[in-house]
Amino acid sequence: MVIPMSEVHTAVDKDTFPASQFEDAEQQYVTATLGMWSFLITEIMFIGAVFAAFFVYRFRWHEAFVHGAEELKWMLGTINTVVLLTSSYTMVLAVHAARHGAQKALVRWLVLTFILGCAFVAIKGTEYHIEYKEHLVPGLNYTEISHTGEVRPVQMKLFMGFYFAMTAVHALHMLVGLAVLGALIVFAKRGSFTAAYNNPIDMFGLYWHFVDLVWVFLFPTLYLLRH
Amino acid sequence: MSSIPYIPAIEVPLPADNYLTAGNSLKSWLLTKDHKRIAILYLIGITFFFFIGGIAATVIRIELLTPKRDFVSAEAYNRMFTIHGVVMVFLYLIPSIPATMGNFLVPLMIGARDLAFPRMNLASWYLFIGGGIFTTLAIILGGVDTGWTFYTPYSSVYSQTNVVLTVIGIFIAGFSSIFTGLNFIVTMHTMRCPGMWWSRMPLFCWSIYATSVIMLLATPVLAMTAVLLLIERAFNVPIFDPARGGDPVLFQHLFWFYSHPAVYIMVLPGMGVISELVACFARKRIYGYGLVAASSIAIAAISFLVWGHHMFVSGMSTYGGLIFSFLSFFVAVPSAIKVVNWIATLHKGSIVFTTPMLYAIAFIGLFVIGGLTGLFLATLATDVHLTDTYFIVAHFHYIMVGGTVTAFMGGIHFWFPKMFGRRYPEWAGRIAAGFIFFGFNLTFFPQFLLGYLGMPRRYAGYPEEFQVLNILSTAGASILAIGYLMPLVYLLWSMKYGKPAGPNPWLAMGMEWTVSSPPPAHNFHKVPVCREEAYAYFDMTPQGGNGPILKKLPGPGQKLERTEWSGT
Repeated sequence: MVIPMSEVHTAVDKDTFPASQFEDAEQQYVTATLGMWSFLITEIMFIGAVFAAFFVYRFRWHEAFVHGAEELKWMLGTINTVVLLTSSYTMVLAVHAARHGAQKALVRWLVLTFILGCAFVAIKGTEYHIEYKEHLVPGLNYTEISHTGEVRPVQMKLFMGFYFAMTAVHALHMLVGLAVLGALIVFAKRGSFTAAYNNPIDMFGLYWHFVDLVWVFLFPTLYLLRH
Repeated sequence: MSSIPYIPAIEVPLPADNYLTAGNSLKSWLLTKDHKRIAILYLIGITFFFFIGGIAATVIRIELLTPKRDFVSAEAYNRMFTIHGVVMVFLYLIPSIPATMGNFLVPLMIGARDLAFPRMNLASWYLFIGGGIFTTLAIILGGVDTGWTFYTPYSSVYSQTNVVLTVIGIFIAGFSSIFTGLNFIVTMHTMRCPGMWWSRMPLFCWSIYATSVIMLLATPVLAMTAVLLLIERAFNVPIFDPARGGDPVLFQHLFWFYSHPAVYIMVLPGMGVISELVACFARKRIYGYGLVAASSIAIAAISFLVWGHHMFVSGMSTYGGLIFSFLSFFVAVPSAIKVVNWIATLHKGSIVFTTPMLYAIAFIGLFVIGGLTGLFLATLATDVHLTDTYFIVAHFHYIMVGGTVTAFMGGIHFWFPKMFGRRYPEWAGRIAAGFIFFGFNLTFFPQFLLGYLGMPRRYAGYPEEFQVLNILSTAGASILAIGYLMPLVYLLWSMKYGKPAGPNPWLAMGMEWTVSSPPPAHNFHKVPVCREEAYAYFDMTPQGGNGPILKKLPGPGQKLERTEWSGT
């Protein structure tokens, strides 16, 4: 991507950058990056625990879990996967624009990422709504007999519990991400990010790709393990 | 040794420009980003929770004075030991040394102006307080009776007490732990001053680093376990309910995957403190620096592989038990390396029995007892006999109280002059240390015997033949309580009325002693440069006698000259 020189933006607020505890911009960048990666490692352990529990039961109650997977809406899941992967792509472009100080392009790609993120949450919400109507939500209206009159295996409730726990944890990460992204768009419009200072965009990019990657694991685990 | 000749009495006023005088309003404290002030905030928080947990322990010991259940109801007793465990583990022990001394010292020791993420550091404190508020609320509303382990299905299905509030409290406090650990790891990687190589970092920093790795990797697993438990309670999903496809043993696996490494979150920082104290008061460089540093990392790594030894009687397969038993023995190796190295450091050192050193010596002895009795429990056959008895209670109190709390007290007494710029009365410190050591052993050693004889834990009553040992234990607990209350009094007094300490009252090595006491708000006026290994005490070893005497005091920021020393 070629950035026109007229758009390149390099001014830096000397009072706030680098922050007082750092010697220089590079130290701040390395520190921020290591901090974000460490945070993501924590997140992997957090999500990993529920994956581990899921697979323990998946091996033990194979048939019930297959039955559960069959009641999920794989088509909506697939669409969401495409939406989210695309949003990762637009995020990469945003990071690229930020590094080159292209302010207009940065705002454009951030807004597009935001829209795609919202689309994911909306589709997920629709899916939850359909599942609610089909009496699949434990704690609210789960029934042992499906809307088509089929008898659900006892342990399918366990599957649905995991499905909602795992996707809700993911959706919560999406919502937090969207809130941060909203703030970044405001700052980007004000011209807070330049070729010299764009750590927040870079760090948010890491987070956004991570949330995307979690979904890449969630989708096959929940929707596609049908045998 | 009536007085301490090697700490010169000096009458210099406290530096006018220090972190304590940098602002006196409540706002300047509650919105501070200074790691030293945040450390003080943590210190206030954990001291409060320590005494809450202590009150619960007092009720337990009073109840156990007599064989019959007579002081409180059985339900109240269950709540008391649960509150004691939850508050002491999650709100005192886990944040204790890392969040107070770690926060205060790590940037000073590595020559940084602050931690890498000062705002996140403050946020961690608020998360800690938030978790504390939820837990306190649960206690005020009637407490919780599951034991600190929250075993399912009792906690998820049957208990009618405030499980949800308590678990939310622990969940929130857990994030405080994660962010603290993250901050330390990043700080030590990127903020070391020029010349501060990894191989020159004080051992306290190494053990805080290892602790942080555990915090970062294990705590999120507990967080997810808490979420699953809450989902089961709130939405009736049978995640751990055996009647409907769930598995309570899975809960135990997830819980101990965090809670065993958590034991090392508690004791590793203590080991770091002891390394500092032993080197300083033996006036010797630490023996086998590299091995001691590496053993911290080894303990952190192996700690993730031994959780199964809590579950030998939970229906684990024989082969699973064998492997966990073997790995549990394995973790004893790096722990033993540390002990051996401390003792080798003491060997032919010029030992000075100051208050912090008394705690350090106590730590080594108590930790050895706690560690060796752990081997009884790592052995499959003896564990079946001893599990859920007072033997276990005594074992982990020797590690957690005899180890961690003793190290905490030693560290506080060592760095108190640095934190507040004043000294405490040495005689009071020594008496309190004596009370704690004697009281602790009298409290918990009889419990080894009780457990071996078969007295189970977590009951309000017991057969009459156990009474003598229980009376001894309660008597010891009263002495221990005096030992813990005394420092509260004289340390608070010394904050205002203590004699000014000067920058380096112990003549210790380490960068934190090169700045004024209390340190300036930005730690170092210019970026410091590290020019020597940690514990360069070998210069100071006197030719003989009882210890070195300082004849002339170095000025502020000036390095100690070797010619200022002579043996007695």
